[in-house]
Amino acid sequence: MSDATLAPAVALTGKVDPAGGQPPRIRPRASGEDWVMRGAIALLAAYFVVTLVLPLYTLLIKSAEDKDGNFIGLANFARYFADPALTQSIVNTVTVSLIGTVITIFLAFLYAYALTRTCMALRGLLRAVALVPLLAPSLLPGLALIYLFGNQGIFKGLLMGHDIYGPIGIIIGEVFFAFPHALIILVTALSVADQRLYEAADSLRASPFRIFMTVTLPGCRYGLISAGMVVFTLIFTDFGVPKVIGGSYNVLATDVYRQVIGQFNFQMGAVVGLLLLFPAVISFTVDRIVQRKQVALLSARAVPFQPQPRPVIDRTFLIISSVIAALLLLILGMAFVGSIITFWPYNLAPTLKWYDFTRLGTDGWGPYFNSLRMAAMVAIIGTAIVFTGAYLTEKSRGAKGLRASLHLLAMVPLAVPGIVLGLAYIFFFNASGNPLGFIYNTMVILVVNTICHFYTVCHLTAVTALKQVDAEFEAVSASLKVPLYRTFWRVTVPVCLPAILDISIYLFVNAMTTVSAVIFIYSANSKLMSINAINTEDAGNTASACAMGMVIVATSAVLKGLHSLLVRRMQRRTQAWRRR
Amino acid sequence: MSINQGDAYLRIDHVSKSFGTFEALTNVTLEIYAGEFVCFLGPSGCGKTTLLRAIAGLDIQTSGRIFQGGRDISALPPSQRDFGIVFQSYALFPNLSVADNVAYGLVSTRRPKAEVEGRVRELLTLVGLGGQEQKFPSQLSGGQQQRVALARALAMSPGLLLLDEPLSALDARVRQHLRSELKELQRKLKVTTIMVTHDQEEALAIADRIVVMNHGVIEQVGTPLDIYRHPGSAFVADFVGHMNFLPVERVAADRVRFGSFEFTAPVNGNQDATATLCVRPEDIQIRNVIPGQDNSLKATIDHMEFLGSFCRAELVVNGGRHLKADFSINAMRDLSLEPGQEILIALPADRLRLFRGDAHV
Ligand SMILES: Nc1ncnc2c1ncn2[C@@H]1O[C@H](COP(=O)(O)OP(=O)(O)OP(=O)(O)O)[C@@H](O)[C@H]1O
Ligand SMILES: [Mg+2]
Repeated sequence: MSDATLAPAVALTGKVDPAGGQPPRIRPRASGEDWVMRGAIALLAAYFVVTLVLPLYTLLIKSAEDKDGNFIGLANFARYFADPALTQSIVNTVTVSLIGTVITIFLAFLYAYALTRTCMALRGLLRAVALVPLLAPSLLPGLALIYLFGNQGIFKGLLMGHDIYGPIGIIIGEVFFAFPHALIILVTALSVADQRLYEAADSLRASPFRIFMTVTLPGCRYGLISAGMVVFTLIFTDFGVPKVIGGSYNVLATDVYRQVIGQFNFQMGAVVGLLLLFPAVISFTVDRIVQRKQVALLSARAVPFQPQPRPVIDRTFLIISSVIAALLLLILGMAFVGSIITFWPYNLAPTLKWYDFTRLGTDGWGPYFNSLRMAAMVAIIGTAIVFTGAYLTEKSRGAKGLRASLHLLAMVPLAVPGIVLGLAYIFFFNASGNPLGFIYNTMVILVVNTICHFYTVCHLTAVTALKQVDAEFEAVSASLKVPLYRTFWRVTVPVCLPAILDISIYLFVNAMTTVSAVIFIYSANSKLMSINAINTEDAGNTASACAMGMVIVATSAVLKGLHSLLVRRMQRRTQAWRRR
Repeated sequence: MSINQGDAYLRIDHVSKSFGTFEALTNVTLEIYAGEFVCFLGPSGCGKTTLLRAIAGLDIQTSGRIFQGGRDISALPPSQRDFGIVFQSYALFPNLSVADNVAYGLVSTRRPKAEVEGRVRELLTLVGLGGQEQKFPSQLSGGQQQRVALARALAMSPGLLLLDEPLSALDARVRQHLRSELKELQRKLKVTTIMVTHDQEEALAIADRIVVMNHGVIEQVGTPLDIYRHPGSAFVADFVGHMNFLPVERVAADRVRFGSFEFTAPVNGNQDATATLCVRPEDIQIRNVIPGQDNSLKATIDHMEFLGSFCRAELVVNGGRHLKADFSINAMRDLSLEPGQEILIALPADRLRLFRGDAHV
């Protein structure tokens, strides 16, 4: 019997080395299932190539071509830098980004400190209020600022003769827009403090100020760097705020738009787009390094910090954070008021006429339903792709190189500003001869683009959730001869359901509010609400633009509310097995 | 070509496994017989889990072959092998009830529902968890979870049961209790079982044979008694049970010198001029030692440690060398032993082992 059983083994492992040196390597045989998974991974990689790599490559090529498509090297860049009117935008963008970042981080740090390190009242409410800007498209703060500080603004006097249309408006709007992003990072950073360090400092009788400087600040320095980078990148590349309130103060994001949509100068648009990419790539790289260090910090065995009541400090921070929250609400509230007043500031009678979109033009509520449809598709399809993709990269056997490169590709979208991605999509999908050109001018390209735009955060959420799932589930099901897709569906998905829901609501809200990426690639029959708001504002109808913004906010808020309800119900239903 | 596979159910043939440049297993060869309970024992990082995972096909070896029931499984994916496995984490599906966990593999074989239910009940009764079918894993204690994992691993009646430190997450009492239950269950089912552990006491108590591993190689394979009585190397001698090591010089084929003392020592292969003599604390004789008796020597009691059923004394011999010796409470009382006292002890020649001189000091 031994002969019969040995024969296939020899065939399998190749012939024995005649020199008798290295024994023959065993080449693991893949099961049918392994092949299916590898096929899926390859498919996902191809998807990334088509929706991310090739468009960005086309953008790069475009920047080195003349109008007739001839290669001219860096000539476009030379022309760009020779034109002071254009390079002024770089200075402008850096200026507002730096100032905006400093203010945002300062305010967000105070707020995060109040939420995590004090026992002030209303922490739950204040946390919720701070996240409200996430529900709004970025043009909304711009619109509100027109009502607050514009030519007919209530607080115009506060500007002492300065014009809100320009750097001041951009900075205020961007702070509103970027605040919750900074807050989330800083709250996380401040939550992982080690109680023991504070006890040690206390026992050494260090003053509160010294404790703050020697324990608190160093403890969250990575969080501060990371938040700073994220905020800088957000402001640097944002399109909505400067589009609405920038006036004649040009920044790079609006330059791209003007070059491409205004002057049909695609090559120069590509050049500016690449400039926009640089700081994003740098901050992305720094952020990755910082995050790696942060992880090391997190995995240390720390005793979680429990804030002690300190009446004076608690009350002070309650005042500070209430003021900040009030300002955030003021901006949102002003946009709302703007949308329900007959004729600002002359006729303050409330009206719903600005919401009567049908009366305003041919589109009516069409863009709203387009937005809903797009957001729903992005949420459903996007979540499926992201979660399956993360599962494949995390849990499949073999194909190591492919899996690693997939993971890397999933990180790239974070470094690509929406406006750059949108531009890249025009160049790639609109090119004559692209067999995929048929999706241009359809809803599909908007969905594909938006999924790509927001991929990274979702991927990281999914990977984090999957890493918390026992690594041996796949091994157990293999030993029980249960196909992997069954375990995926019956165990992995239910266990990761909270993360899956988080991903889908994140995708939905972002798809609802996004402007920058889709502004280049929407078509007449796939116009979105957020874009309609921009166009309406362009046409001078600020009140209706506000109304559209508010409809988006309301929709996002309702969905977010449904999401929380769903999560709460699910927790009740699954608390039997979910350990907290 | 004729290769004698004997009656081995599982044959591991020159298996090596590298992670990059690091070799976690080097040329491991081992045979395991049907119905045997084998323990892989060794310090942390010695490659026990690596070997177990190679057998399961979860991390396939770099080279070498593995045969199970005469079938070459060297390169097969885990789904094409025949084994049940219990991990240290148990890897129970948290969202499925105990019954669904155990039935997990049965259901996809498309057996009739009633048959599956019957089998699940039978398995749960077998592991002493009857009546807990509808609970979720998080509602069970660690020991109960371990039993569910065991029932699930046994559900498909695998030919081979693999256990990776299944008891190490439990506290000492539960652990002892479960380990005897596990042994009993295995004897009843006669399923060939491999258990990984780094707890030598556990291995001695439960295994039919122990495979002692160190640095990715097998140091010794044998029955618990064999391993304990006749350790094949100083490493095994030290790792399994307690052991005294004395540096000695050889004076004749079967005689060694330790300071001013000369002993008759076994001839167990080692013929170097200098060697290490090993003796277990409990083998040191204290009663009825006559002066001048072979292998006797004087010792001073440095201090004593009371360990319940016996007493461990730290002895000083030959002006400075320390020896541990275990005395029964009776001996202690009869001889009224006290620290500082000088006594006569003997090292019985048939209980001594000799290893390489630099092996251990
Ligand atoms: N995936 C891997 N990559 C690199 N090295 C590994 C990997 N898995 C194991 N090793 C190394 O191989 C050696 C043996 O690991 P293994 O897990 O088999 O040890 P073990 O005997 O089971 O130890 P323990 O008792 O701690 O579980 C260790 O030095 C370990 O660091
Ligand atoms: Mg191990």
